[in-house]
Formats: sequence, structure tokens, C-alpha cells
Amino acid sequence: MFKLRETLEKSPDMMRDVYCNTLMELAETDPRICALDADLVSSSGMKPFFRAYPDRAINCGVQEANMIGVAAGLSATGKIPFAHSFGIFATRRACDQIFMSAAYAKLNVRIVGSDPGVTAAYNGGTHMPFEDMGVLRSIPQITLLEPTDPVMLEELVRKLTEVYGVYYIRMARKNVAGIYEKGSSFTIGRGNLLKDGSDVTLIASGIMVAEALKAREVLASEGISAKVVDMFTWKPVDSELIARCAAETGAFVTAENHNTVGGLGSAVTEAVCATCPVPVEMVGTHDRFGQVGTEDFLREEYKLTAGEIAAAARRVLARKAK
Amino acid sequence: MEKKQLVEKLSVFAEEIRLETLEEFAALGFGHVGGAMSVVETLAVLYGHEMKYDPKNPRWPDRDWLVLSKGHAGPALYATLSLKGFFSREMLFTLNRGGTKLPSHCDRNLTPGVDMTTGSLGQGISTAIGAALGNRMDGRDNYTYFILGDGECNEGQVWEGALFAPQHNLDHLIGFVDYNGQQLDGYTKDILDLGDIAAKFREFGWFAQEIDGHSVEAILDAVEAAKKNRGAPSMIVLRTKKGHGCTFAEGIEANHHIAFKPEQMEKALACTRTRLASAERAN
Repeated sequence: MFKLRETLEKSPDMMRDVYCNTLMELAETDPRICALDADLVSSSGMKPFFRAYPDRAINCGVQEANMIGVAAGLSATGKIPFAHSFGIFATRRACDQIFMSAAYAKLNVRIVGSDPGVTAAYNGGTHMPFEDMGVLRSIPQITLLEPTDPVMLEELVRKLTEVYGVYYIRMARKNVAGIYEKGSSFTIGRGNLLKDGSDVTLIASGIMVAEALKAREVLASEGISAKVVDMFTWKPVDSELIARCAAETGAFVTAENHNTVGGLGSAVTEAVCATCPVPVEMVGTHDRFGQVGTEDFLREEYKLTAGEIAAAARRVLARKAK
Repeated sequence: MEKKQLVEKLSVFAEEIRLETLEEFAALGFGHVGGAMSVVETLAVLYGHEMKYDPKNPRWPDRDWLVLSKGHAGPALYATLSLKGFFSREMLFTLNRGGTKLPSHCDRNLTPGVDMTTGSLGQGISTAIGAALGNRMDGRDNYTYFILGDGECNEGQVWEGALFAPQHNLDHLIGFVDYNGQQLDGYTKDILDLGDIAAKFREFGWFAQEIDGHSVEAILDAVEAAKKNRGAPSMIVLRTKKGHGCTFAEGIEANHHIAFKPEQMEKALACTRTRLASAERAN
């Protein structure tokens, strides 16, 4: 069960601090937990963990392929490795290692890819993952998660020590909008219906959840009633919830800080077509590369805004009417 | 057991492995013959003497591990495991058949006794390092072995692992490179010359030895020396011949994956049986 915060504000806790503190707390009683990084410990916020557990923390240097292989080998001996790099390196650079050494080998590995999409900001197009989830989505049986805020991140990190398999966590590092009240709980593989509505369903993930909630208000002022779903698990996507929303609203807008090709829009559309075909409009980066700039500039540049979600809702409602 | 007797026993075991591996291929008519033949003596020393394991409990936590990073040599490992009682001889003749537990490349989830899934080259060094680290974290003193191909050493990941393992003082990690001088498309010298592999690993901080990879005695001595070495991982470069001991594979250029005629295989089997009989007489 989850409870929404009453107002949309930036959460005071940085995502990376919550990630580190939660793992530190869990590691105290669980000797299986270990952490790996590829020369980005300063960025991932894991310095306190590395200081507290030097025997279980490995800075691999700038070697993402080797890091994932080492993580897979560790897990074969019963460890639960959490391996971090920027999302681009953690996925593109180590894709075959994630495939064979971890997933195909049916091992137990957590991969954390930070700075999703436009949050990579000043690092620019080379460092801006609009494709990390898409790269991994075609690997069988992998689970893809994008924690929405610090409350969800903490809960998911805890849950990830109780499950088995290969999990990718797409994690913003700094302050993001706080969506959930402390004490909320979440189920991997189940989307959260945040707000109910009857005309259209807005399915969002990550930084786009707050934008979808804002878009809902804009649409309400126009007499349009929208559901809002936080689809933090991209794979396996919650087809049951999607089918229900399709039956109840008959139209979707997806919103992701990622390429619509291979991303959340694709995942939702596949489920919609397989269950209850209705029109879908997608908000995302539409097959473009990233570029340098402030996060605010990039949100406007790639139309990752509440305004664009509302516009997409109007378009999809026009299609639905035909 | 005296060393002379041990060497004789392991020489017999090596020819048994070679014979059973060829029998697996014989049933199929093709396979990765070359690279399977060149690691036979190493497998004989590891499973015949150096490694501790329990065929009844293949995932025994205190076992020694082998990551056959050149996963295409799987059939030689399957023959070894079968001879040591991990599974029946009949299973060997299911190699590569639909639904088999013995795929062309090693799979830890299918084959009892296979410690790691391999096949995409360059990855086994990293998973072996991970296993060695995990075992050390848990205070075990078991060894993790891994076998790389020489063509496999073209992969950058091998050299990532080569840098990493000495940094972490993994002295219970013992690797081999099967330096038979041939890769899929031809001779390593012509495609991507590896030069002095032992010197390269030594420079990276490994205790590196280079030996005759078809001499069980040399392999025994090298593994014993590696076990005595402290504070650094070990690399044993095996000077081998691709296709060694298989009459239709040895000495030809295109011997990575071969289709053969039944009469060619009959001859290879007969020659191997003769060598086995001679090794048994010496034993």
C-alpha cells in the first residue's frame, strides 16, 4: 500500500544517499550484500559503504565489463552484488556480460545505472541514457525498475535482497520530486494507480510521474478526467493493470525520460495491443540522441513536460472519438 | 603415490578423456575438435589430482572451481566429468542434441559439475575472479581455476581481468591460456599476434609460467608451484597443439570446428586407443 504526498515538492533526501544508507543498514545483518563500482563511488554516493565494509566493496576501476562478470561470479558463491555505473556504461558497455554471465547463467545480480535521461544534464549526449532500458528489455527474464522517489528507492532496495535474478535499477542520483509518503510499500511488477479517472490513462515513470500528475490537473480544468499510473517496473510490465485501464478509459498517454523506441511506450503498447487495443500517444525522446544542457533546458528541448503530456492526451482523445 | 606413478596415472586419464571426447564428436559427425583436444592434459591434471570436488554434490561450497572460459571446449570437460562420475557415459552421446544437458558451450544450469556458463569469449576470467573473491570473503581456502583460449585473449575483457586480479591479491586464482597458436580463422600470428603471453601477464602482476601443455608432469609441477605462490594470482601458459592427438585435426589450419568422415574418426579413435593401451601398460 502506498500513500501520496499532498503537495508536489522536491524530496529533501538525495536518491544516492538513500541508496547508500539503505544498503549500509541491510549489510549490517546480511553478509551476502556487497557493492561494486567502476570508478564512480564519489558519484554514486557509496563512499560511506566503501569505508564501512571494505571487504565487501570493490572499486573495479573503469572496467564495466569486468565488473559485471565479477558481480556474476560473486553471486555464484551466494553473494548479492549491487554493481553501479552511469546508466550508459552499466548497460551499453556491459550488455553482453549482463546477458551471458548474469542473465543466461541465471545468476543473482543487481545493476544500478544512474543519471537517467536528461538528468545526465551537463555530461551531455555521450552520457545521456535514453536507451538503457531498451538495451536490456530484450534480455529474457531480466527485471527493469525505475524508482520514482527516495521512499520507493529505499523500499525497492530492501526488496531486492529478498528476490533472485537479474535486476536493473535506473536511478536518479540527486533530488527528485517526492511522490510517496514514508512507509509506503510497493510490489515489483505492479504499477501504482495514483489517481483515478475515466477519459484517458497517463502512464509515467521516473521524473515523468510528477509531470503526469501536473498534466492531470491541467486536463481536469478542461473537463477531462485522467487516471495516472506510476509504472516503475518496465519489465515485466503490469499487463493486468494496463488491460483494466484500457477497458475503463479507452486511451493512453505514456511518458518516459527515455527513447520511445524500446522503452516504456513500447512496453505499454505491446501490452495494450495484446489485451485491449485502444489508441496510445507517447511522450519521450522519439529516437533522438541526448545533448548537453541544464536539466530544465533538456526537459523543454525533448518535450518531457506536463504541457506535452496534456497535449498528447488531447490528441489521443481525438483519435479515440473517431 | 610416487610422482612417477602419478604421472603415469594421469597420462592414462588424459588419453581416456581424449577418447571419450572423440566418441562424443563421433556420434555427431562434427564439433569443436581442435580446442577440445588441446586442453585434455590440463583437465586430466585438474580432475585427476589437483581439484577437490564431490560428483554426488556438484555444488559443494568448499569444492575447487573450474571456469572453462573457452566454453567451446565443453565436450572435453563433459568427458572428464563423466569419467569422474558426475553423470552417466550414455549422456555423453546426447551432445548438442535437442533437449540435451550437454550443449556445445558450457552451461552451469544444465550440466552437473559445470561451475560457470561460458561461450561468449573473454567473460570467464571475470566470473572466475568473482568466484575467487566470493570464496575468499567467506573464508574458504579453495582454488578457482580458469582456462582461456589464445584467440580469446584478443578480447579486451581478458586484460581488464588481468589488471584486476593482482590488485586484489587473488592467490587462490589459477588461470591457464591454451596457447595452441590457432584461432577460428587461422594462425594467431597472422590474425592478431599475441606475442609472449606469459610476459604480458607477468607485467600485469601475475605469477606466470610457460610450459609444455601436453606434459602432465609439467602441468602438475606448474600447478604445485602456483599453489605455493602467495599474494598474486597465477597464470600458466600452455604451449599446445590445436587438435593434439586427433589424426584428422592435428597440424591442419582449419581445425576449430570440423566436420569429418566416419573413416577419419575411426582412424583417430584407433590411434587414441593404441596410445591409451600403451599408457596403461606403462602405468
